[in-house]
Amino acid sequence: MSEPAQRIEVVSDQDVVRVRQLVRTLAVAVKLSLVDQTKLVTAASELARNTLVYGGGGTVEVGPADNGRRKGIRIVFSDQGPGIADLDLAFTDGYTSGGGLGLGLSGARRLVDEFDIVTAVGEGTTITVTKWCR
Amino acid sequence: MERVPILKIGDILLVSIQIDMEDQVALQLQEDLADRIVATGCHGVIIDISALDIVDSFVGRTLATIAAISKVLDADTVVVGMRPAVAITLVELGLSLPGIRTALNVELGMDLLARERAAADDDADEEPDGADDAETPAVPAP
Repeated sequence: MSEPAQRIEVVSDQDVVRVRQLVRTLAVAVKLSLVDQTKLVTAASELARNTLVYGGGGTVEVGPADNGRRKGIRIVFSDQGPGIADLDLAFTDGYTSGGGLGLGLSGARRLVDEFDIVTAVGEGTTITVTKWCR
Repeated sequence: MERVPILKIGDILLVSIQIDMEDQVALQLQEDLADRIVATGCHGVIIDISALDIVDSFVGRTLATIAAISKVLDADTVVVGMRPAVAITLVELGLSLPGIRTALNVELGMDLLARERAAADDDADEEPDGADDAETPAVPAP
């Protein structure tokens, strides 16, 4: 009876804004606390921008999560971009292969409860994050 | 593309960000503000982010860049109105906003700028007398 995930194609700056707004709406609906909403929307903004800038665009799926004990929000970011060759390096605070601050990946991981990344050079990157209600 | 308005109040430029900015809008604000500082000769910039429900690393970096550009153009920047949840998130994200002055609201931000300007003017006034002492370490006033 849970609602299906909603999908946004991310190909421009505007789409990153739409991702933030959708995540905010769903986070409010499952009653995440204000601080947790803010953390999740911020993480989504970082990761959606990565999808756009480093992945060359892709898709973001936002939907409810339920593990039987708690409800939450799960977001999947997928791109068919170049992939990440050195994950340890990519997760180092301050490291960037672009013009950013190097906080996107590592910072986003700190802001969510679960963080899963699947990446292969030349095949793209898929990142799944979950934030649970307390 | 939307634009963030910049208001001039006396010697201060006031920017109140009321929209969820696309990255391009943030970059445009950076340019517009630099132009307005030069055009008006204002010595202070207040950026009100009380309407922002998140500040991510891009917006954080833009704020830091604006502060640095303003400094080079002889203006001080104060970011005001950050929400508590935004502050908590920024710190966890790892963004400490180095070089950015903050105040809780616009009024306190204006006080801060006025104090800094007064202090800077005092230093400037003392310059002729104190020129010989330029290389001695600064001693706090009694």
